[in-house]
Amino acid sequence: MSSAQQVLPLQTPIPAGRARRPRWRFRLQGSNTVWAIAFVVPYAAVFVAFVAYPVVFGLWMGSRPTLYTLLFSDPRYIDTLVNTLLFVCIGVNMKMFLAFLVSGFFMQRRWWVRALLVVFLLPWALPALSVFLSIHYMLVSQWGLLDTLWSVVTGADGPLFLVSRGTAMAANILAYIWKWLPFWTLIFLSARMAIPQEIYEAAAIDGATGIQQTVHVTFPLIANVYLVATLLSTLWTLGDFPTVHFVSSGAPARTTDVLATYGFREAFDFGHPELGAAAMISALPLAIPVVILLMRRLHRSGVQL
Amino acid sequence: MTGRPAISRVAAADRTTRRRYRRGRRLAGGIAGATLGVALLIWTLLPIYNMVLISLDDEGHEFTGSLWPPDPSFDSFRVIWTQDHWYLEHFWHQFGNSIFVGVATTVLTVVIGSLASFAIGRMQLRRGQLIGDAALLTYMLPTAILIIPYVHIMHAYGLSDSLWAVIAAYVAFATPYAVLILHQYGKLLPMELDECAKIDGASPVQIYLRIYLPLMTPALVAVGVYALLLAWNDYLYQFMLLSSTRNMTVAAAIDQFFDSDEAPWNYMMAVALVYSLPPIAIYVALRRFTSFDRVHT
Repeated sequence: MSSAQQVLPLQTPIPAGRARRPRWRFRLQGSNTVWAIAFVVPYAAVFVAFVAYPVVFGLWMGSRPTLYTLLFSDPRYIDTLVNTLLFVCIGVNMKMFLAFLVSGFFMQRRWWVRALLVVFLLPWALPALSVFLSIHYMLVSQWGLLDTLWSVVTGADGPLFLVSRGTAMAANILAYIWKWLPFWTLIFLSARMAIPQEIYEAAAIDGATGIQQTVHVTFPLIANVYLVATLLSTLWTLGDFPTVHFVSSGAPARTTDVLATYGFREAFDFGHPELGAAAMISALPLAIPVVILLMRRLHRSGVQL
Repeated sequence: MTGRPAISRVAAADRTTRRRYRRGRRLAGGIAGATLGVALLIWTLLPIYNMVLISLDDEGHEFTGSLWPPDPSFDSFRVIWTQDHWYLEHFWHQFGNSIFVGVATTVLTVVIGSLASFAIGRMQLRRGQLIGDAALLTYMLPTAILIIPYVHIMHAYGLSDSLWAVIAAYVAFATPYAVLILHQYGKLLPMELDECAKIDGASPVQIYLRIYLPLMTPALVAVGVYALLLAWNDYLYQFMLLSSTRNMTVAAAIDQFFDSDEAPWNYMMAVALVYSLPPIAIYVALRRFTSFDRVHT
């Protein structure tokens, strides 16, 4: 069976309704296949040269087991792991939950809510570089905007955000949420818009309050999008570099690095590219289960993102 | 007979209390909504306002510690315009480099992505699903983690300090999204169109050029905007792969500012603002279009 398919790859099973066309299809399909392959070649070439090869090369760079004993003997690496987990778990989940709530707010059809949506999406359009630099300068000294606001409101001097690990990490997470909340709000907004209005009307007739409608109607219907969005965002955030690089820049004393900035620093500031690659690879045990879960979800449910 | 008016009186009283209750609730809801709106507005605008505030300051090294510029000056924008500071000597040349990278990424992504999705979706290439899976896997990849091998690989390819290295990286990261989106969107076009054209003797190239591309225009624009913003918003690859001042983009140049201690902050924030203008312009121009399309992808 399979050998027959290999010899005659073009004789795909023909549906009964198309019995009139086989010879015509057969003749054209030969040249079609050549064309189709030619059309795919640029993509395949880019994929092999600039995705597959770098991935394999990176894995090879970090393949010496001694690198990992070196990594785990570095207390800063352990800090980095903890930071990465905090950054990803708190950042992603808080962002998604807020995006879910805020998308409900933007469902209102008032003019000022629509105008606000345009402003609200600005962080998404702005380059990460610009906004994270700005946030860095809001926090870095006691004359920054946030401390000035603080002293105007409370009359006392504001805290120095980038001096303690806790506030610096919180600043990273909040800056990350600030930048990416609009995008996911938009995703949930479209998911909410796809829910037929009749379901809400039926729920209202049955006496469901707004909160009950959110919990029992909206959430179950967009749960799938929520899950896929969370998984995808977890993967992207695992390698998030600019947030921490600009907002806290690892301050104080490299205690707020995440894996991406740690690997970057080891590779380029301290000249150990293999150690840097190993640090990046050490995120794989976390990433691979997420990838598998996400692939299965996407194949089964066909959620579009 | 006597019961009826009593019932209707009770019902009327009930109705008024319910109406009052409903009005009270609506008022409370309105106040809560307005409060939330103001909070979102402040939350969103604070960092953007901070950029404007610092860039309007004429002292680069000290913050004024006030909520609005005490003495607003557009000096930093004049300095950028005339390239009147040794950090900004090549600013407009670097801005041109940024535009070149963005445009080249956009064009290549649209061409390569549309060709691949045409082959998978319309020509039904056997095992086309492999391409789709490869695209999906690449799409999930956090791109920053590839920077370490990239620096070595670009050296091996002879592309160190070349704008094409950056463009290649962005095309590699943007095409998977292009393939996925175009493939989805292409399913909405009836296959009969292609079959009719085939019967009329059109070659695959003609079908691609005359039928596929024109009908896919909305999706192609969305994908193009995505690629452009990806190239404009990323900075890590530009910073790592470009080293000479002539070949730097604005993003790479700002990072040099950041690393130096004596860099004037007002110039830096002014550069950040100028650099933010093109994506905002695109966003405003294509607002309805892109947000809608991104939403549906």
